[in-house]
Amino acid sequence: MSSTVTTAAVERTNYLNVDYSLKSWLLTTDHKRIAILYMLSITAMFFIGGAAATLIRLELLTPAGDLMSSDTYNKMFSIHGIVMVFFFLIPSIPATLGNFLVPMMIGAKDLAFPKINLASWYMYITGAGLMLYVIATGGVDTGWTFYPPFSSTYSNTHVIAAIIAIFIAGFSSIFTGFNFIVTIHRMRAPGMTWSRLPLFIWGHYATSVIMVLGTPVVAIALSLIALERAFHLGIFDPRMGGDPVLFQHLFWFYSHPAVYIMILPSMAVVSEVVSTFSRKRVFGYYAVALASVMIAVIGFLVWAHHMFVAGISPYAALVFSLLSYFVAVPSAIKVFNWTATMFKGSITLSTPMLYSMGFIGLFTMGGMTGLFVASLGVDVHVHDTYFIIAHFHYIMVGGAVMGYLSGIHFWWPKMTGRMYPEVWGKIAAGTIFLGFNLTFFPQFVLGYLGMPRRYHAYPEEFQVLNVMSTAGASILAVGYVLPLIYLMWSLRYGKVAEDNPYRATGLEWRTPSPPPTENFAETPIVTWDAYDYSSLPEED
Amino acid sequence: MHDSAHVVEQPGLRHHFADMEQQRASATLGMWVFLVTEIMFFGGLFLAYLVYRSAHFGAFAIGSEHMDFWLGTINTVILLCSSLLVALSVHAVQVGKTKLCAVLLLIAALCGVGFLGVKGVEYYGHYQEGAVPGPYWHLDLPQGTDVQNVQMFFYIYFVMTGLHAIHVTIGIGLLAVIAWFAWKGRYSPAYHNPVHVSGLYWHFVDVVWIFLYPLLYLISAKKA
Amino acid sequence: MSEHIVPRKTYYIVWALLMALMIITAALSRVPLGEWNTVIALAIATVKALLVLLFFMHLKYENYRITWVAVIGGFFWLFLLLGLTMTDYLTRGPSGLAGH
Repeated sequence: MSSTVTTAAVERTNYLNVDYSLKSWLLTTDHKRIAILYMLSITAMFFIGGAAATLIRLELLTPAGDLMSSDTYNKMFSIHGIVMVFFFLIPSIPATLGNFLVPMMIGAKDLAFPKINLASWYMYITGAGLMLYVIATGGVDTGWTFYPPFSSTYSNTHVIAAIIAIFIAGFSSIFTGFNFIVTIHRMRAPGMTWSRLPLFIWGHYATSVIMVLGTPVVAIALSLIALERAFHLGIFDPRMGGDPVLFQHLFWFYSHPAVYIMILPSMAVVSEVVSTFSRKRVFGYYAVALASVMIAVIGFLVWAHHMFVAGISPYAALVFSLLSYFVAVPSAIKVFNWTATMFKGSITLSTPMLYSMGFIGLFTMGGMTGLFVASLGVDVHVHDTYFIIAHFHYIMVGGAVMGYLSGIHFWWPKMTGRMYPEVWGKIAAGTIFLGFNLTFFPQFVLGYLGMPRRYHAYPEEFQVLNVMSTAGASILAVGYVLPLIYLMWSLRYGKVAEDNPYRATGLEWRTPSPPPTENFAETPIVTWDAYDYSSLPEED
Repeated sequence: MHDSAHVVEQPGLRHHFADMEQQRASATLGMWVFLVTEIMFFGGLFLAYLVYRSAHFGAFAIGSEHMDFWLGTINTVILLCSSLLVALSVHAVQVGKTKLCAVLLLIAALCGVGFLGVKGVEYYGHYQEGAVPGPYWHLDLPQGTDVQNVQMFFYIYFVMTGLHAIHVTIGIGLLAVIAWFAWKGRYSPAYHNPVHVSGLYWHFVDVVWIFLYPLLYLISAKKA
Repeated sequence: MSEHIVPRKTYYIVWALLMALMIITAALSRVPLGEWNTVIALAIATVKALLVLLFFMHLKYENYRITWVAVIGGFFWLFLLLGLTMTDYLTRGPSGLAGH
């Protein structure tokens, strides 16, 4: 495939302009269109979760609980957590970039099960719609963790409806997971062996395995809460012989690996972006590929580190603490390898590269603080404080969300056929980085000093740090709104993109931007390794 | 690119697959991976069973004694026979006997209906005996029995068999639909993977019951 | 590549074995053997499940290794869930689960 001339690109038939009708979008089985549908939906949910965060940070400007009642505050952090975890982070990269790119990167025409792909989007929309209804009619106040006995007995909010919404969205996750697994196994183009796969694919494969093995367990855990709430029976109720900690085991068996569902795709993006903008193959390809799989596997062995102070046996706690140290190793391997990739590379500080570099630094900080809390003694002190909140936001926001933005910007030309304004991209990246650190670094200090999480009032001495955090959040909010504006702007006014504007090596770049519906005019035959820059056709 | 001759040669081939074998292998692998999710879904309930039985074996044994041993056994027979019928239906379509395939699938689905009927009778029996946990509980137990945990046994019993029954219902629907398509001649020796894949789902439902039967019905040597 | 056609006789033999094992497990359950009752019942259930998996579900005739990996992985993950959780419950001691 020769790289095509750009001026004709706008007139060429591609997956976007082949049919403009609403029906062709709502009944599409084209993985690329489904990716766009997901992108629109999760963006909406992101801003809803962000609105809840805004209210939280506004409340925390002052030590007194003066903006809202404690019950309302409980609803705010619950909605923030549920929406951000289940309706933004879990689907984010896999459902948008994964759906768009997995078939293209392996040289396939579509995913293995296109109709199931569409069904997964409808499941997501149904769950999200139900969740919005829950929010609009009074919300839920159990925290995204739904611990009994509060969730099963004492809460007076729409717990069952929220659980149903999450359960349905969980199906979306499961469908995506097994679709990717089968696609990667069965639909690779001739010559695309496992060892030639881009690391993006390895990352999504590992993510899909977690989705498939873990999601059903949280589904049953939440179903049991709903049943207990509806029928007043006692599987988690000590008054009837039950154990509330059993819920926590079932819940965290999924929810810990879930954080790896949220981070592995971002790591997958970073591998691609760092290689492209260092013009160098990823250092230690096999190590990074294996590390993805190891994260998925070891990630399932550590869940009870969320339960160290819940009343589990101290011997079990020891075992889980030790295993939690192990899970850091493959992540660290990836950080070393990305760094080594950049070393002596030909670096371009483009917007995606800035986000990916930000990811590497902030993920490392979040990961190291994870090691702190893996230690039993430290965790007893910082559990349920702002230290934990800072830890996971460094990974989820400093890590996962920045990885998502890196990917959206990197593949924007491919998906839309347009370039975004690079200057604004860099401004937004810088704003987000600054805003993020100002928001969350003070929270490490707050937590260490003892400020508990999920409290809407706090002692006077914590106010300065809280004000810093809220100030940071306001900057972060600006940073997130900027891409919304300039990316939309670019759709109409952005420079028309070439097929391969960054001279990257993946198969997705060897087809027009935007691609035709069938992805490739002819099935590619792969004879080169991933990140082999010498395999690119000569520059025109 | 597929021209019409190619399409005629390979009935049922979807456009994004290179050939029938890729399509067949993908659908089969897809169903197996989905069944893995089902293993984990039921797995959570097996965990609850394991935790409470290991803590309260005596109460669980007493609860098990109040199960209807014969109805449970009949249900096991029904499901094992239905699995045989489903396996035979796959053989039938492989050798071109598509009408026979349809009939076998239909009978297997009816076995499923029979299973649900027996479960209904059982549930009603539990209700009459007072073994439904909650406000309708009035099971006659000797003095000093750990009633709370006998109730726990029955709660887990109802949730596990209830979830299983939902899956049986889905399976019945699936088999009926495939039977209909088979009767209409949609499948042939060259294209019949939907029969195989639906069969996998049904066999899985059978495997779950193979474990539920001893765990729920056969804990105690005594039968009430 | 065509799939293997399993002869009907194989299915009938498997079915007969399943029925026999079911009768055995039902009968043995009425004989008080203490802890062995559970072990035997689960062992028989495992054999029955394997028969269904290997023959009725065609696992024995599967061409692709990944199917085996998926099935073995699935059951292994179930044991992970059960086993690792029980490390908590079995080591809690007398203050743990009510009545333990």
